Amino acid sequence: MVSGLTVSERRLALVIAGLIAVCGLAMAIVGRNDLIGAHGFIVLAFSLGVIALVATRYLDPEPPEDRLSQYYDDPTKAGIVLAMIWAVIGMFFGVWVAALLAWPDLTFDAAWASFGRLRPVHTSGVIFGFGGNALIATSLHVLQRTSRARLPDQFSPWFVLIGYNLFCVLAASGYFMGVTQSKEYAEPEWYADLWLVIVWVVYFLIYIRTLQRRKEPHIYVANWYYMAFILVVAILHIVNNLAVPVSLGHAKSYSLFSGVQDAMTQWWYGHNAVAFFLTAGFLGMMYYYLPKRAGRPIFSYRLSIISFWGITFMYMWAGSHHLHYTALPQWVQTLGMTFSIVLLVPSWASAGNALATLNGAWHKVRDDATLRFMMVAAVFYGLSTFEGSFMAIRAVNSLSHYTDWTIGHVHAGALGWVAMITFGSLYALVPWMWKQERIYSPALVEVHFWLALIGTIIYVFAMWNSGIIQGLMWRTYNDSGTLAYSFIDSLVAMRPYYIARTVGGLFFFAGAVVASYNIWMTIRMSRRAEAAGRDTVDVPASAALVPGE
Amino acid sequence: MGTEHRDPVTGRMTTGHEWNGIEELNTPVPRFVLFFLAVTTLFAIIYWIFMPAWPLFSTYTKGILGFDQREVVTRQVQEAAAARAGWMDKIANKSFAEIAGDEALMRHVRETGPTLFADNCAVCHGVKGTGGPGFPNLTAGAWLWGGDPETIAQTIRAGINSTDGGTRVSQMLAFGRDGILTSDQVNSVAAYVRSLSGQPLNASEQARLPAGKEVFKANCVSCHGENGKGIRDVGAPDLTDPHWIYGGDAQSVYTTIYGGRQGHMPHWQGRLSPADIKLLTLYVGTLGQDGSLGKDGSLGKDASLGKDASLGQDASLAEDASLGKNGTGGGGKP
Ligand code: HEC
Ligand code: HEC
Repeated sequence: MVSGLTVSERRLALVIAGLIAVCGLAMAIVGRNDLIGAHGFIVLAFSLGVIALVATRYLDPEPPEDRLSQYYDDPTKAGIVLAMIWAVIGMFFGVWVAALLAWPDLTFDAAWASFGRLRPVHTSGVIFGFGGNALIATSLHVLQRTSRARLPDQFSPWFVLIGYNLFCVLAASGYFMGVTQSKEYAEPEWYADLWLVIVWVVYFLIYIRTLQRRKEPHIYVANWYYMAFILVVAILHIVNNLAVPVSLGHAKSYSLFSGVQDAMTQWWYGHNAVAFFLTAGFLGMMYYYLPKRAGRPIFSYRLSIISFWGITFMYMWAGSHHLHYTALPQWVQTLGMTFSIVLLVPSWASAGNALATLNGAWHKVRDDATLRFMMVAAVFYGLSTFEGSFMAIRAVNSLSHYTDWTIGHVHAGALGWVAMITFGSLYALVPWMWKQERIYSPALVEVHFWLALIGTIIYVFAMWNSGIIQGLMWRTYNDSGTLAYSFIDSLVAMRPYYIARTVGGLFFFAGAVVASYNIWMTIRMSRRAEAAGRDTVDVPASAALVPGE
Repeated sequence: MGTEHRDPVTGRMTTGHEWNGIEELNTPVPRFVLFFLAVTTLFAIIYWIFMPAWPLFSTYTKGILGFDQREVVTRQVQEAAAARAGWMDKIANKSFAEIAGDEALMRHVRETGPTLFADNCAVCHGVKGTGGPGFPNLTAGAWLWGGDPETIAQTIRAGINSTDGGTRVSQMLAFGRDGILTSDQVNSVAAYVRSLSGQPLNASEQARLPAGKEVFKANCVSCHGENGKGIRDVGAPDLTDPHWIYGGDAQSVYTTIYGGRQGHMPHWQGRLSPADIKLLTLYVGTLGQDGSLGKDGSLGKDASLGKDASLGQDASLAEDASLGKNGTGGGGKP
C-alpha cells in the first residue's frame, strides 16, 4: 500500500498520522481519570502503527508515472479484507448476543460481556464494520469504472479507509468499556463522532473530485445512490450527534435535544440510517455488480429515476413510524405512517428493476451462486420493504412494536438484503481485483449461499413467530378484564424461538467464515500467479484513461 | 459511450448510455407502478384529511374525525377499569374475611393475582413465590411479620427497610463485624442456632453448644425469642423451622451472624392501587395452599402448622438458600 504513494504523499501521511498520535496522547493525558484516556491510548497506538507502516516503506521507489493511466484499486482491496474481518467479528458477537437471550449466564459475570455492551458491538460491527467497509471499497471501485476516471490521488482514499476503521475500533472498544451515548446506531461518543465527520467529508470530496473528471457524459445510477449515501449520512450523523461533552477530559456528553425531540431526532436518524446507509449505499452496489455479473442491461432507466427520487424524498419523512403511540404528537406519526406507505412503491420499483434486469440471464442465476446471492438479495429487499411499510401502519404497529417482529424485520433486511448483496458483489469483485479468472472455489460460494439462505430463513421465521406471540400475549385479557400473561410468561414462551434464532445466526455466521476463507485463498492464488504476470480479466480500464489524469 | 440499439431479449431500445459495459433499457415505467403510486398517494391524502396530519405554526390540522390518541387511550383505560369495576370495587370495599368467603371474588383473585405477582414481585420472590437466597419463601407459612391479611397488606404497602415513611424496619445486627461477639462466640452461637432446627452437627459443633446457648441467651433472645421461635414484631425469623432466607448451612449462618442482614423489600403504595395491593395480599395468602383459603379468614398457615407434607420440599429449598454463601444472595446483603 505504501509503495503506491508518492514521496510527498508519504510525507503527508506521516504528518497526519503524527498529528493524530498527538491528539491521542492529549486525550490520554487530559482524560487519564476517565474512559476517554483509554481511548487516547488506542488512538495513539493506532496512529503509531500507521506511522511505522509508512516509515518502514518510506524509501521504497516512487510509483511509476503510468500509474495515472490505471485505476487505483489498492484501497478497494484493503477495504474488502477489512469488511470480511469485521463481518466475522460482528456476526460472532451477533450469535453471542442471540445465545445470551436463551442462556443469560453467558455473560460470565463480567460487565463487558453484558447484553447491553455486546449488542452494540454486534450492530456496529456488522453495519459499520462490515457494511461500511464494503461500501467504501465497492464505491471507490464503481466510481472509477463508471466515470472512467482515476481517483484524484493516492492519499485520500487511504485516509478515508483507515480513518473510518479507527472510528469503528473506537466504537467497538468503547462499548466494551461502557462508553455510549445510548442512541441506537449512534452510540459512539462525541470525539469519535467528530473524527467521523472529518473522514466523511474527505470521502465526499473524493467522490466529487472524481466525478468532476469523469469521461462519461452521464453519471451512472449507482453513483447517484452512493452519493446520496455519503451526503445524507453526513447530515444525519452531524445533526443527531450534536452534543456537549462534560469536559474535554470526559467521554460523556449530553445531547442537544431532550425528551420527545430527542426521540424524534434519533429516529429520524435511525430510520434514515436504514434508508441511506443500508439501502441507498447497497442499491449503488446492486446497480453495478448485478447487471455486470448478469451481462444484462438495466431493465428500465426511467424506473431507476422514479425509484431514486421516490426513495430519497420519502424516506426522510418516515422516521416517526418508530414512535407510534408514544408521546410524539399524533400528526408526526401520521406523516411517518403515510409516507412509509407511499415509499413502498419506489422500493418495489427498485427491487423489480433489479429482478427484471435478470430477464435473459435466469440460466446464469441458476448456475452461478454469486449472481443468485444478488437475486435473492433483491427479493429480500422487496420483502422487507413491504414488511416495513406494513409495520408502519399504526394498527399493525400496535401489535408489532417492542416485539421480536421488529428484530425479524431488521434481519430480513440486514441478512437477506444487505449482507447477501454484499457477498454477491464481493464474490464478483474479488477475482477482478486480484486478477483471477474466478474465485478460489465456486463450490464454496454455493455452500455459502445455502448457509446464508437457510440461516436467514430460520432467523426470520423464528422472530416472526416469537414477535407475534409476544405481541398477542401482551394484549390478551382474561375474563376478569386483567392481563392474562405476565411479562415473564412471554419470556418463557420466547425461549424456543431464541434458540432457533441462535441456530439461524450460526448458519449465517458459518457462511461468513466460509466466505472469508474463500476470499483469502483467492488472494493467495493471485500472489502465486503474480510472477506469471497474468493480466486482468476486468474491464478495458487503462486504455480508456487519458494519461496524466 | 455506447449507442442506442435494440436489446434482443426484451426487444426494448437502450438509452445509448454505457458505463464500463453496463447499459440501460429505455423501458417506460410500467403502468401499474404509476397506478400504485397514485393509489398510495391518494390514500395518504385521504388519511391526512381525516386524521391529525400537518403542522401549522402553533397548531396542526386536526382531521375531520377529530381523533386524538391521548383521548382514545384515556377512554380505553377508563372503559377497561369500568369493565373490571364490578368485582374490583368489591375487593376494594369488602373485608378480607368477606372476600375469602366469596368464591366468585376469589376466582378473580386467582385469575389476576399470578400476573400481578409475576410482573411486580417475581423478580425477588420467584414466579411461584418460593423465594430464593435473600428473599423469603411466601408459600411456606413461615412468616417473618405474620401471615394474617392485614399484616401482609401492611408489608406490601410500606415495604421492609424501604424508603417509605412507615416502613417496617428489620435489623439483624452484625455481631462479628461490629465487635459485639468474638469470632469464636459467633461460631458457637452459629452451631447452637443450627441445632435449633435439628440439623446434624459435627463433633466440634456439638462441643460448642453449651457456650453457644449462653451467647444466644445473652444476645439473641430479645429478637428471636426465648426458644428461638422468632418475634414477629421485629420481623425476626423463627430459627427452629427448616425455612431459611439466607441459608441454614454452617457458612451461611456464620455469615449472617457475623455480618448482619437487612433485607430490602420495596414499598408498593403509590405504585400499585389499594385494590391491587389487597388483591395481591389475598393472592399471597393462597400461595402454598393449592389455592384454597383458610375458613377462619387467616391466610397462610401458622409457623406451627407449617410442619406438613410441604416440609420436605422446603428443606431442599434451604439447601438452595445455602447459595447465599457464594455471595449470590445479593438482595439480602447489607
Ligand atoms: C426487590 C425485591 C423484592 C420485591 C420486588 C418484592 N419483595 Fe417482598 N420481600 C423482599 C424481601 C428481601 C423480604 C424480606 C425482608 C426481610 O428480610 O425482612 C420480603 C418480604 C415480603 C413479605 C413478608 C414476608 C413475611 O414473612 O412476613 C411479603 C408478604 C412480601 N415480601 C410480598 C411481596 C409482594 C406481594 C411483592 C410484589 C408486590 C413483593 N414482595 C416484592 C423483597 C422483595
Ligand atoms: C435486633 C434484633 C435481632 C437480634 C438481637 C438478633 N437478630 Fe437475628 N435476625 C433479626 C432479623 C430482623 C432477621 C431477619 C433479617 C432479614 O431477613 O433481613 C434476623 C435473621 C437471623 C438469621 C437468618 C435467618 C434466615 O432465615 O436466614 C439468623 C441465623 C439469625 N438472625 C441469628 C441470630 C443470632 C444468632 C443472634 C444473636 C447473636 C441474633 N440473630 C440476634 C433480628 C435480630
